[in-house]
Amino acid sequence: MSKTILAVDDSASIRQMVAFTLKGAGYNVVEASDGEEGLAKAKAGGVNLVLTDQNMPKMDGLSLVRALRAMPQYAGTPILMLTTESSDAMKADGKAAGATGWMVKPFDPPKLLEIVKKVLG
Amino acid sequence: MSNTGQSGGSSSIDMSQFYQVFFEEAEEHLSNMESLLLSIDPAEASGEELNAIFRAAHSIKGGSGTFGFNDMTEVTHILESLLDRVRKNEMILTTEMVDALLASGDVLKAQLARHRGQGGEPPDASGVCERVKSLMNAGGAKASAPAKTASSSQHAAERDLEIRFPEPAADVDAAAVQDLYDTIGQLGAMTGEIESKDGQRSFQYRTRKSDKELRNLFAFVCDTQAVEIIDPQRAKAEDEAGFGLFGDAEPAKDDSFGFFDELPALPSATTVKDDSFGFFGDDAPGLPASVKSAAAPAADPSIGRRATDHAAADARSGRRETDKNVAAAQDTSIRVSVEKVDQLINQVGELVITQAMLAQAVSKLDPLLFQQMLSGMADLERNTRDLQESVMSIRMLPIGFVFKRFPRMVRDLAGKLNKQVQLLTEGEGTELDKGLIEKIADPLNHLIRNSVDHGIEMPDARVAAGKPAQGTVTLRASHQGGSILIEVVDDGKGLDREKILAKGRERGLPVSDSMSDGEVWGLIFEAGFSTADKVTDISGRGVGMDVVKRNIAELGGTVEIESATGHGTRMKVRLPLTLAIIDGMSVAVGEDVYIIPLATVVESLQAGSRAVRSVAGGGFVVEIRDEYLPVISLHDLFPNDTAAKNESKEGIMLVVESEGVKNAFLVDELLGQQQVVVKSLESNYRRVPGVSGATIMGDGRVALILDVPTLVRMSRH
Amino acid sequence: MSKIDAASHGTIHAGEFLTFVLGSEEYGIDILKVQEIRGYDAVTRIANAPAFIKGVINLRGIIVPIVDLRLKFQVGEALYNDFTVVIILNVSNRTVGVVVDGVSDVMALTADQIRPAPEFGAAVDTRYLTGLAAVEERMLILLDIEGLMSSGDLALTDAAADEAIAA
Repeated sequence: MSKTILAVDDSASIRQMVAFTLKGAGYNVVEASDGEEGLAKAKAGGVNLVLTDQNMPKMDGLSLVRALRAMPQYAGTPILMLTTESSDAMKADGKAAGATGWMVKPFDPPKLLEIVKKVLG
Repeated sequence: MSNTGQSGGSSSIDMSQFYQVFFEEAEEHLSNMESLLLSIDPAEASGEELNAIFRAAHSIKGGSGTFGFNDMTEVTHILESLLDRVRKNEMILTTEMVDALLASGDVLKAQLARHRGQGGEPPDASGVCERVKSLMNAGGAKASAPAKTASSSQHAAERDLEIRFPEPAADVDAAAVQDLYDTIGQLGAMTGEIESKDGQRSFQYRTRKSDKELRNLFAFVCDTQAVEIIDPQRAKAEDEAGFGLFGDAEPAKDDSFGFFDELPALPSATTVKDDSFGFFGDDAPGLPASVKSAAAPAADPSIGRRATDHAAADARSGRRETDKNVAAAQDTSIRVSVEKVDQLINQVGELVITQAMLAQAVSKLDPLLFQQMLSGMADLERNTRDLQESVMSIRMLPIGFVFKRFPRMVRDLAGKLNKQVQLLTEGEGTELDKGLIEKIADPLNHLIRNSVDHGIEMPDARVAAGKPAQGTVTLRASHQGGSILIEVVDDGKGLDREKILAKGRERGLPVSDSMSDGEVWGLIFEAGFSTADKVTDISGRGVGMDVVKRNIAELGGTVEIESATGHGTRMKVRLPLTLAIIDGMSVAVGEDVYIIPLATVVESLQAGSRAVRSVAGGGFVVEIRDEYLPVISLHDLFPNDTAAKNESKEGIMLVVESEGVKNAFLVDELLGQQQVVVKSLESNYRRVPGVSGATIMGDGRVALILDVPTLVRMSRH
Repeated sequence: MSKIDAASHGTIHAGEFLTFVLGSEEYGIDILKVQEIRGYDAVTRIANAPAFIKGVINLRGIIVPIVDLRLKFQVGEALYNDFTVVIILNVSNRTVGVVVDGVSDVMALTADQIRPAPEFGAAVDTRYLTGLAAVEERMLILLDIEGLMSSGDLALTDAAADEAIAA
C-alpha cells in the first residue's frame, strides 16, 4: 500500500515539482495551496506525511501544524516544515508547534526523496 | 551581481517542465506586488498590505531559488529583507522605498522575460539592489532597535569564528566587496588577515552576531548559502551529535535539515553534517522508530504509528465521501491553455455553420410530414446558441486586466511632466473577449497618455482656472447592448475648436466653420494631425490618433470624442463583444451577398419612399426625417455584371451609422439577419479594401463582411 | 549542357509531378504542393480584384482564393462547366486554388528525363519554369508553382502586392 504525502505550498510550481518527484518514487501525493486547504485535505484522512510551507495565505504553516496535532489521527504523523532558513527562531517555533522536523528551501528532488524515505521508509 | 543564468540542474528529474507554471506564478506575483505598491499609502500602510507585498516577493524567491533562476533570487532576497523589516515595524515605509521597490519589480519583470525567452536587454539588477540596500542602511540607522536581532544579540555570547566564502566572481562590484568588509568590521572584529586559497577566502572573526545575520552580509558578493561559518566550539559538539541540535542555540554547519533534538548514534546517512533538514527531537511527533535512537526514552513511536494506521484505515472507507466535500469546498477553477480554448471556439463556430446549413436544408421540407424533424431542428438551434454563448464566455476576461497596467503608467508619466494626475477606474469587472483585451491595450494606452499629456494642465494653470491642482483621468467600462463601451474621461482643458479648425485648414482638409463640434473633434483622427505646441516624445508626434482609430476599427469598433473647452474631454471607444461571431444583416447586390454588421445598421427603408436628390459635384443624398444622408451605392463600390436596381429607384436604403456619422447604403435586397462566424480572408488572400472578413452562409457559400467605416471613406473619393 | 549549368531558373528536381492542361500545353507541378482537386463551384466574387482572381470559396470552413491561370496567362478559353477543374494548393503556408482546363495524371520523373526550360516562348512567364520533360510523346512544362503563387504578378498576398507596386 503506497504512502500518501500531503504537500502544502502556495507556489504551484513548487507543488508540482514536489508531486512529480514523489509520485515518481511511488508515493501518492495530495496537494494544497494554503493551510486551510491542507487542513481540509488532511481531515479527509489517509495522509502519512505532511510537507508544508510556512508563508501561505489564509493559514500559515505553523498554524496548520498546530491544527493537525490537535487531531488525534495526526498526533503521530510525520510533519516536515519547508523553511527558508534553519535559524533558532524557526526551530523554536517549529518544535513548539509540534512539527517533526524541517527542510530548508530551496531543495532539490534527490534531497527531498532522501528525507521522505528516511521518514516514511 | 553574479550570474543572470541558472544554477546547474541537480537531478535526473527535468525541472524545466515546471518552469512554465513558475513563470506564470511569478508574473502574477509581480503584478500583484505592483498593484499593492501603487495603491499603498506609505503614511498609512496596513500590516496586511505590507505582509501581502512581502509574501509576493517571498513566493517569487522561493520559486526562483528552487528552479535556479539566481538573478531573480538575488533581487527578491534584497526586497524580502527590506520588506521583512518594514512589516515588522523595524523600519518605516517611505515613498523612496516604494519607488525603489517598484523599480525592483521592473527589473524582476525583465529578468523573467529573459528567462522566458522573450529577449531584451539585461536589466540593471545590481543598480536596483544597491538602491534598496542603501535605503535599508539609511532606514536602519533611524529605526528603533529591532526586536529580533536585539534578542539574538542579547543571547549570543561573543564567538570566535572562522568565516569562509567563495572567491567573488569577476563581475562582482569591487565596491560591494569593500562594503562587505566595512560592515563586517563594524559588527565584529577580524582577528587576522583575509586569506585566499583554493577559490575561497577566509578570515578569523570575533562577533556576537548570529550566523544568519553574518550570512546575509554576503548577499552582494556571493551566494549566501555558500558562506561557511565555522565555530570551533560548536564543531566539536557536532562531531558527536552528527546533526544540528535543536536544544542548542547554535545551528550546525550545514543547516539545511535537521532533527529537533540531539540524536546520538544513528545510521550512516546522518554522519553528513547537514542542517538542511532535521527532526525536532527524538520525541518529535511522527518520527518513525527507525530514525530514533534506542537509548532515547521517546514516546512510543509505534503508538503514534498505529494510531495513524487506524486513522488511515477508517479514513479510507469514508475517504471518497470526504474527498468530494473537500473538492467542493475548494476554489473551483482550472488553468486551460489558450490554444485549447481557441480550438473549442473554432469547433463551436463550425457547429453553428453546420446547424445553419441543416436549418436551411430542412426549412424546405413539408412541416406536416416532418414535424418532428423541424421541432428537433428548433431544439438544435437553441442548444447550439446556448453552447456558443457558454464557449464565448470562456474567453471573456474582466477588462481590469488591461486597466491595471495604467495606474503605473500614469504615475510615471505625470511625474515626468511635473503634473499631478490621478487615474480612477470603473467597471473593471466588465468582461470582454481575451483577443480584444490584448488588442485594445495599445489604443487605450495612447488615449490615456494623450489625456495626461495634452488634456490635463500643469498644476498652477489648473488652480488658476479654479480647478484642483490634481487632474483626474477616469477609465470607465460598461456593457451597452452587444458592445462594450470604454471611456477615457479627463477634467483637463478640453479640445480647442479654433485651433483644430485652423490646423485642419492648414492641412488642406475640407473644413468649415459650420461643422458641428463632433465633426471638428473628428479631425484629430486624420493622419499627421497634432496640435501639440511642441512635439514631446510622449504622444505629440502626430502619428497617434489616426493609428488609434484604425486599430480600433480593425477590432470592429468605433471611437468618438466629446469635449468641452476648459472642462475636459471624453473619448468613447465602442467594441463588439467578441471578435469571432457578429450579428449581421445580409444584403444582395446583384447576385452577390454581402454582410453588414448589424451594430452599424440604424434602420432600413424602401429606396423609392424617400426623396433622393443629387448634389453638386456628383453623388446623391436622401432625406430622412430632416437629415440629408449621403447615398452610397454598393453597386458602385462592388461592381458586378448585373445592373443596379437603383437605376429604377427600387432597392433598399440601409441607414448605417459609424464614427458618429450616418450614411445610407443602397442595396438591391435585404436578405435577412443572422449571426455569422467571422472567417479570415487574409490568412490565404490579402486585405480587400472595404471588407473586414468573410463568412460561410447557410448554403455553404462565402459572403464578404463589409467594413463600414472604410466603405464610407472610399465612397468620398 | 549539364543539368546543373542549366539551372538558371531554379533547381531541377526529380520527383513526382501532377500534370494538368492549360490551353494547348501540359504542365507539371510538384505533387507535394497539391492538397486536393475539385470542381469549380460556388465562387464568391471579390469586386475590384483583377479578373483572373475569380473570388473565394469555402473549403471545409476555410476561405480560399481561386485564381484562374487560363485568364492570367491568356491561354485557351476559360470555360466553367462540369469538367472545369480546380487544383487546391498548399504553398508558403497558404491554401490557394487554381483553375485549369483539366488534370492528367501523376508522374514520376527522373532527373535525366528533365531538360532545362526554354528562355522564351512559353505562355507562362519563364521565371517560373523549372524545366521541360519529354515523356513518350508528351512534353511537360515544369512549373515552380510556389514561386508563381507568391509572386507580385498574382499579388495574392499583401506582401506580394507591395512587391508588385514597388517593382
